[in-house]
Amino acid sequence: MRNPNEIVADALAAIQACPDLPTLEQVKAGFLGKSGQLTDLLKSLGTMPAEERKTAGARINEAKQAVEAALKGRRDALQQAELDRQLAAETLDVTLPGRGAGRGGLHPVSRTLARIQALFRSIGFEVATGPEIETDFYNFTALNIPEDHPARAMHDTFYLQSGELLRTHTSPVQVRHMQSHQPPLRIIAPGRVYRCDSDVTHTPMFHQIEGLWVDESVSFADLKGVLADFMRNFFERDDLPVRFRPSFFPFTEPSAEMDIGCVMCGGEGCRVCSHTGWLEVLGCGMVHPNVFRHVGIDTERYVGFAFGLGVERLAMLRYGVDDLRLFFENDLRFLKQFN
Amino acid sequence: MQFPESWLRSLVNPALDIPQLAHALTMAGLEVEALAAAAPPFNHVVVAEILSAEKHPDADRLRVCQVDVGEAAPVTIVCGAPNAAAGLRVPCARPGAKLPGIEIKVAKVRGVESFGMLCSTRELGLEGAADGLMVLPADAPVGEDFRTWLNLDDTLITLKLTPNRADCLSLQGLAREVGAITGAEVRLPQITEIENHIQDTQPIQVSAADACPLYLGRVVRGINAQAITPRWMAERLERSGIRPLLAPVDITNYVLLELGQPMHAFDLARLNGDIEVRWARSGETLELLNAQTAELAPDMLVVADAGGPVALAGIMGGQPTSVVSSTVDLMLEAAFFAPSAIAGRARRLGLSTDSSHRFERGVDFGATRRAMERATQLLLDICGGQAGPVSEIRGELPHRPPITLRLARLKRVVGIELDTDEVAHGLAALGAGVERQDDRLIVTPPSFRFDLAIEEDLIEEAVRLFGYDNIPAQPPGAPSRMLPQDETVLADDILRQMLVDLDFQEVITYSFVDPAWETALDAEARPLPLANPLASQLSAMRTTLWSGLIETLRHNLNRQQDRVRIFELGRVYASLAEQPMKLGGLVYGEVYPEQWGAQPRRVDFFDLKGDLERLFGHAPDVRRGAHPALHPGQCAELWADGRAIGWVGTLHPRLVQSLDLPAAPVLFELDSLALARRSLPRHTGVSRYPQVRRDLAFVMDAHQPAGELLNVLRETATEDWVRSIDVFDDYRGKGVPENQKSLAIRVVMQDTERTLTDQEVEEAVQKLVSAALRQCNASLRA
Repeated sequence: MRNPNEIVADALAAIQACPDLPTLEQVKAGFLGKSGQLTDLLKSLGTMPAEERKTAGARINEAKQAVEAALKGRRDALQQAELDRQLAAETLDVTLPGRGAGRGGLHPVSRTLARIQALFRSIGFEVATGPEIETDFYNFTALNIPEDHPARAMHDTFYLQSGELLRTHTSPVQVRHMQSHQPPLRIIAPGRVYRCDSDVTHTPMFHQIEGLWVDESVSFADLKGVLADFMRNFFERDDLPVRFRPSFFPFTEPSAEMDIGCVMCGGEGCRVCSHTGWLEVLGCGMVHPNVFRHVGIDTERYVGFAFGLGVERLAMLRYGVDDLRLFFENDLRFLKQFN
Repeated sequence: MQFPESWLRSLVNPALDIPQLAHALTMAGLEVEALAAAAPPFNHVVVAEILSAEKHPDADRLRVCQVDVGEAAPVTIVCGAPNAAAGLRVPCARPGAKLPGIEIKVAKVRGVESFGMLCSTRELGLEGAADGLMVLPADAPVGEDFRTWLNLDDTLITLKLTPNRADCLSLQGLAREVGAITGAEVRLPQITEIENHIQDTQPIQVSAADACPLYLGRVVRGINAQAITPRWMAERLERSGIRPLLAPVDITNYVLLELGQPMHAFDLARLNGDIEVRWARSGETLELLNAQTAELAPDMLVVADAGGPVALAGIMGGQPTSVVSSTVDLMLEAAFFAPSAIAGRARRLGLSTDSSHRFERGVDFGATRRAMERATQLLLDICGGQAGPVSEIRGELPHRPPITLRLARLKRVVGIELDTDEVAHGLAALGAGVERQDDRLIVTPPSFRFDLAIEEDLIEEAVRLFGYDNIPAQPPGAPSRMLPQDETVLADDILRQMLVDLDFQEVITYSFVDPAWETALDAEARPLPLANPLASQLSAMRTTLWSGLIETLRHNLNRQQDRVRIFELGRVYASLAEQPMKLGGLVYGEVYPEQWGAQPRRVDFFDLKGDLERLFGHAPDVRRGAHPALHPGQCAELWADGRAIGWVGTLHPRLVQSLDLPAAPVLFELDSLALARRSLPRHTGVSRYPQVRRDLAFVMDAHQPAGELLNVLRETATEDWVRSIDVFDDYRGKGVPENQKSLAIRVVMQDTERTLTDQEVEEAVQKLVSAALRQCNASLRA
């Protein structure tokens, strides 16, 4: 019988020399397989005298265990090395940029409109829309602005050759909505409006949001409450100063202009607020009874307030845009700043 | 409206400094638009007289002057002004004076010591340019402080008045208003009736009595029109933005500013016969004071004499009968023209005058006589002459019926209770007659308030005087009602967001475009033209969003942006009744932003079609079609619910060339509502049985649309367990005959109740194959 220790020594040397797992399996077969050296040795036990058999059996088993342990150790090491190789080979430069399609963005006016709408929806205002080509009746007459009223001069109106006009404000939507709905009403009407005016601070098209609340008990104090709440939430400034000044709009009475403390300079006075510390942001008032009469709403039963604000102006103040005209040049380098 | 603070304070002087006064006016609805100093700051400038002016011994252009500055001895001043001459009175800056930009010190000028500086208007900052010393009148008080003498420590106040407050278009009206809002005492000018010296009158007839319910005329003879307008009057006019011209004209302008009554003076010698106030006749013209010849329309009110119109009533006088420096006799006019008879006419003629501005808004018909007396008195005082009696033609003047102000209504509209005594007192301070009954005030508005006619007008006045800022801002306590949320229509904001997620940038372009654009895109387009466009490239209403999108593409290509993916959600305009909301998009350049590890590829029709499929959430019904702006072979019409809803395609090569684009953009436009409409999801169960997939390759004519084959197959597969039939490959080339293509079709079958048998599946597939052959001449690829 060959000395098991010699076989173990051979085995360990062969195992250690194995470069990969398949070779290791072949080596394993050479020692522990059906006709492996240690297997053969074990088979030869039967030919041994009984008194030697026990000791020899124990020695062969020890040798077998030693070889198996060596095999396991080598297998683990080879597997680890293989994994390490795979990991190394698969390592990416994770600092490279990701791939795929890009993402676009909303126009800053849309973004602002959406923000304003969300704020008003949160207290129950519904969104209403109306046509942009309008009639004289809806744009002026029904809003208590008769022919030749000086207030018409304040609206530089675009007319179509067909005689209709481009609405100069979103207020006609008020009238259309009140014609087709019964109070109580709570709407905002966003959209494009047009004035025949173009310079550094005017574009011939811009956006307004009209608001209207008609109910049995709506007051000037409510108007102030809603609009102050809106401005403070829009600018996310709980301490934003607001003030209301008497003004004139033919379709509201009392009428007011709303100012907010300048959000650019904090009221210190700057170019944006013409050094007054205040910014005129919105016109509003209690719905004029003549407007209610045009749409058949009982002026004794219902009271209402309305307001209109310029969306570009709020967008400029919110995002620090210093030139109104940028909104309609649609330069991607400008637009992408709001994505 | 601009005026000097000092003038207002001469009538009402509340204990407020100028910023406080401006704030009080603004918060009362008379918005102060600007405050400006009458003169820039300077000091130590006195009125001086040049006693002598000798040539400087060492400088040709300088003169050495002896100047009387009101002290015991004259002072020596070296002066370079060309007009420095003995006897002239001029402003003189004394040593230590600070002028805009300079400080005056005793200094040697070419060896001669100079004790100050004689000043031009420019050096004092009064005007931008000057060609010599500012020459003062011969009676200017030598030695007196220049600022004090000219009242230069004054502030020019500019108000932005709303059209309803015509009553504040005069100093008298403003004083009354300031009195009401501050409680300060108001001292209006004392005006007395002038005794007539002569009996001369100018015959006047008013034919348009409704338009001119009150007309006052007065003849004044023997005036000196060249009399110098007194400095106080000239100063007030100038500081109110009116240039002094000729004394009689200055006087009428002064009365306009002081009392708000526009007046006119006719040169009596140049009037021809009787005066008539009437409507203009067609074809009449009038040469106006501004040298413009107005073509008069029959709805324009004129003052005429026997020769025709001599003034555009309430707007502007005529040149031929105007007062000039040689005028000796004149007729003063003070009238009340109804706002409706004046409104809009000046604008139509391209005019806006101080007079029309006031008459359009309403002039106080209760003070016409007062204005006539005031103007006459000033005329007699300044120009001399003798006044005749006032001729007055009076018709039906506006009524000011009493208005009821219910205190309960006031409280309801305002939201809080106002003190009734304060309300009554405030309205009275505004000039209204106020009578108190139990639960109401009976208010009679004054003649100068054209804006007080209904209860709401009084509510506004009450709140205004109380102070808008003193009304609490209260969160309204309205009943909470939920807003309807239609789940089957996507909101515009969601559509926008979907486009954004598909890598589109939103743009907003003008609704009016160059009509040439519209017709270039579609020769049949008839964009609605504007009657008064700002420019030809903004002169017609768009009929498609594409013109704006292509313009935006060009704008950005010119700015080195070579990948453009944009959309716009907005209306196009066909008529008043038809202004549909459209969603339009344009893609140009690379499919993906430039990036590593990906093969660059230009975006094409199918990329955009894929975007549309993602927008719709399914493959939309797409049919071949022809659109004049699109490539005839890369153009499809979108359909939904049995109607055409839009287009998708590549820009026509003809347009690519004419627009000088480096490559063709791909475009779409569709009715946004058709895209927004969604069906409410309905659960149908998930099958637990195996799914069967059969892939079929059909060889067919290369020109035949895949959609036709798909339609045939889908119509043929009537079994509800045929779940889907789709194309997954389009192959042409090796193995497929010329002019043929191989379309790979995937058929997915699955029943919810059971496992399909092989036989059923084979029968279904056979049915499809024979239908394809029969209807599309498409045969299974061998």
